[in-house]
Amino acid sequence: MTQMTFARAINAGLRKSLENDPKVILLGEDIGTLGGVFRVTDGLQKDFGKHRVVDTPLAESGIIGTAVGLAYRGYRPVVEIQFDGFVYSAFDQIVSQVAKLHYRTQGAVKMPITIRVPFGGGIGSPEHHSESPEAYFTHTSGLRVVSVSNPQDAHTVIQQAISCNDPVLYFEPKRRYHDKGEVDESLDPRTALPMDTARVLTEGTDVTLVAYGPLVKTARDAATAAADEGVSIEVIDLRSLAPVDYATVEASVRKTGRLVVTHEAGQSGGLGAEVAASITERCFYHLEAAPVRVTGFDIPYPYSKLEMHHLPGLDRILDGVDRAMGRPNSLSGLEG
Amino acid sequence: MSTDEAGQGASSAEGPGNSAENHGGSGRNLIQLVTPAGERISHPEFDPWVQDIADEQLCSLYEDMTVIRRIDVEATALQRQGELALWPPLLGQEASQIGSGRALREDDFVFSSYRENGVAYCRGVDLTDIIRVWRGNASAGWDPYTINMATPQIIIGAQTLHAVGYAMGIQNDGADSVAMTYFGDGATSKGDLNEAMVFAASFQAPVVFFCQNNHWAISEPVRLQSHVQLADRATGFGIPSMRVDGNDVLAVMAATRVALDRARRGGGPTFIEAVTYRMGPHTTADDPTRYRDANELEDWAAKDPISRVASLLERKGLLTEELQQHVRDKADAVAREMRSGCTTMADPEPLDIFKHVYSAPNTWLDRQQDHYSRYLASFGDPAGAASEEGAR
Ligand SMILES: Cc1ncc(C[n+]2csc(CCOP(=O)(O)OP(=O)(O)O)c2C)c(N)n1
Repeated sequence: MTQMTFARAINAGLRKSLENDPKVILLGEDIGTLGGVFRVTDGLQKDFGKHRVVDTPLAESGIIGTAVGLAYRGYRPVVEIQFDGFVYSAFDQIVSQVAKLHYRTQGAVKMPITIRVPFGGGIGSPEHHSESPEAYFTHTSGLRVVSVSNPQDAHTVIQQAISCNDPVLYFEPKRRYHDKGEVDESLDPRTALPMDTARVLTEGTDVTLVAYGPLVKTARDAATAAADEGVSIEVIDLRSLAPVDYATVEASVRKTGRLVVTHEAGQSGGLGAEVAASITERCFYHLEAAPVRVTGFDIPYPYSKLEMHHLPGLDRILDGVDRAMGRPNSLSGLEG
Repeated sequence: MSTDEAGQGASSAEGPGNSAENHGGSGRNLIQLVTPAGERISHPEFDPWVQDIADEQLCSLYEDMTVIRRIDVEATALQRQGELALWPPLLGQEASQIGSGRALREDDFVFSSYRENGVAYCRGVDLTDIIRVWRGNASAGWDPYTINMATPQIIIGAQTLHAVGYAMGIQNDGADSVAMTYFGDGATSKGDLNEAMVFAASFQAPVVFFCQNNHWAISEPVRLQSHVQLADRATGFGIPSMRVDGNDVLAVMAATRVALDRARRGGGPTFIEAVTYRMGPHTTADDPTRYRDANELEDWAAKDPISRVASLLERKGLLTEELQQHVRDKADAVAREMRSGCTTMADPEPLDIFKHVYSAPNTWLDRQQDHYSRYLASFGDPAGAASEEGAR
């Protein structure tokens, strides 16, 4: 076991993949000499060479489009999109090509492309640097979408994503890059918890609280705070956003009877809506209250001075828990 | 050519690590009117375009360049002191920005990226408005229509298409103003800029593409973006182009005036590559020592755009102590104004996040705002409620 930061853990995972498979190739802006603006690829070009760790021209559609060609040729491209807000430039290549080629060719062509996207807010950045675009991709069939929440998972899941024969969007919570945690580098990604499986982080009996990526830490803190107030929260780290591991969430909700989902992305059409609807369909008769979403607002990501109002914090999550529990909350006295 | 006499041939101006070898194509010489040593050299084609720049105007160009460098240094200091979240310095690009910015007419319209604070200064921006965004108090610092300049664009290249569309509007309206768009060398790789050039050429839109080739796109050298000189890219789209010494304020002004004049007279788009250098970091969050050779910086420091004008003024006997004092005072005053505008700026109100999402209210968002205001009201201290650690 080694203590390392989130960013370092991904770096170590990328290194292993580069070592284990000569077909793995990294592409992106500033990922070589600079080691990426977040230093996630630090030192990799020095050790693996410019043909394996490629500084690309400043062209996102070009990066993904050429990754498609490399995949046709049998490579496993791992692409870095520098910031969430720049993935839209590559949107057409991702949803029209990357996502659909396997299906369109009736399985003949594989697209084992991993697209790393540092995402989410909370770091005081200017506009286009704090987006949570995951729902655009979970809405697109053919893509796998994951988000990691701790260094160990970051390390293991990046390797699982790279060895997966489907395209994977790998969302990295950038405000957690410097958080440290224990990482067992010897853990075999093939026998570790598969990346499409959710994990129960803290067991509880009163409410199921579902989170992913940057908000998992906040959700755990909320569970600790709630325990002091006598409320027992079961926290689930969703890990895979597409497909969602509903079996794990469903089992938890059958036990607790209450569901709260939290994410930074806006509420409407977000993943929380999908989880709430699916769980309602699957275990309506086990629910004791309507599912609650605690999310960002339906606004463009605000300027940094006010971003903490948009992002769900511990108190907003607890307020949501109170709503699910029928305890006094900020909306008491209102319908819904 | 005059440029060769001045030892400023294309390859030497590009600096080490970016030789003509990497930049094939026409290998055009740079348009230059003043040598790095401050000597005014003649250029029959471009001289007439700056004939009206008499001593007084030359002094005021020097003043503007000095002032914007001072704004840059002050803003960088404000960032280091925690007053600004981030700042993208323009250090070294003063001639490109002032030379082109001063060539514009009030009714022209600018679409820039995030580094064109010198251009914004030429447009008459309120300095507090410039830093509003970088302080994190707003997404846009000014109303574009008050200074005829769109607010800074962060998505690389996106603004170039907006400029072409605006120019098509000018054309439809039968006006003779021009849309001018600024972007970096990295932006030339983006699909948006290439599509913008297609539209501009097809419709012969009155637009000027002004590329500040400052040699670096964060850590990536210009040779990674292009195998030919950037000005040559335009040729393939059927757009005439010029390659100008971007550290020579007179040459930049002359070239910009040529392009603006062509556009006003219905001659369509022009592409200008201003060859300059970003002497500072990409932003205050960047560390250029990781990717850039110190020698390269030294070479370019010798071509500093402000010392060049100063030397020219000196040769002309214009660089008096009086002028220098005047320019210093002006720069001090502007810096003071910006600093006080920054530190006295009122923080936005929490519920401001719901403003202007739509032009008319809708019940969907109203409900979220209503719930959030109830939530805030349930705390004594609203700010405490929004921290990640929690207040209860
Ligand atoms: C579409 C997009 N991709 C990536 C970025 C991140 N980024 C910001 S500035 C920059 C380099 C831009 O270089 P250049 O176009 O040469 O302009 P300069 O910064 O040198 O003025 C990059 C990669 C971005 N803002 N937008």
